[in-house]
Amino acid sequence: MSQVLQRTSPTGTRATKVIGALAILVMAWVVVSGLILSPQDVVQGESVRIMYVHVPSAWIAYLAFIFTAVASASWLISKKHSMGFDRFAGASAEVGVMFMAITLITGSLWGRLTWGEFWQWDPRLTTTAFLFVTYVGYLAVRRLEGSVEQRARRSAVVAMLAVLEIPLVHFSVVLWRSLHQGATVLNPNGDVKMDDLMLFTLFSGVVGFTLVFVWLVLHRQRTMLLVDVANRRGLDAAIAARQSEGSVN
Amino acid sequence: MKDAGFIFGSYIVTLGAILMFAVATLRRARDSSQSVDEKDKTWL
Repeated sequence: MSQVLQRTSPTGTRATKVIGALAILVMAWVVVSGLILSPQDVVQGESVRIMYVHVPSAWIAYLAFIFTAVASASWLISKKHSMGFDRFAGASAEVGVMFMAITLITGSLWGRLTWGEFWQWDPRLTTTAFLFVTYVGYLAVRRLEGSVEQRARRSAVVAMLAVLEIPLVHFSVVLWRSLHQGATVLNPNGDVKMDDLMLFTLFSGVVGFTLVFVWLVLHRQRTMLLVDVANRRGLDAAIAARQSEGSVN
Repeated sequence: MKDAGFIFGSYIVTLGAILMFAVATLRRARDSSQSVDEKDKTWL
């Protein structure tokens, strides 16, 4: 059984199987509750159903980018400069970019229903798009030529700077006049005016997306390790081949 | 349901993106895994 698992998913373990199964269960509940069971909103109507995927994906994108910054700082600070930190940072950023893209697309679909427009140059939307582009840039920096240590150092510096945009995005609705609504759940006075099932579905979404995030990051960082080892093997073989050519000549 | 296309579309985009990312990651892992020894797979 474990050999079958290794062939189909070489980066899988018992823990990732459990996390994956839980993620599927919770996400299935979010889909059923979000689309069928939960009531429509008094103000937003049916379009509120988009919020059950839009809001969790935005939160998890923030979490992913903060995680990238923490892993990058750990790489810079640690004496050993463990490449595990760098791979976690890179994997988390990739997953974060995917969730940020989901946030932008689902947000524009919701905007079309609510504002009549797919896009507005509103402070929240603009800063979110800027955050997305910044992390696409971070992923581009990771692909620059150089050793794995150079990759880790460059991308760690970029990650430490890029994370500073998150407070700007989050507080953009307070700092500037914005079309985007303010925080419903994380509002300063702690008064949450939401139906119980709507709130439960939203929190289920956060839990489900977090499980998906953990599963994807674990698999992605292990895949990065495999690619790094395979590349190192390829480089070692190429050097050995050139050396043997030199000794023959 | 009113505006069903937009609402179902947002769920399809979300779940589709996650599924595509997961499949691409597992596929890449399987391809890279063949040239790597078991001892390098530190999670096993």
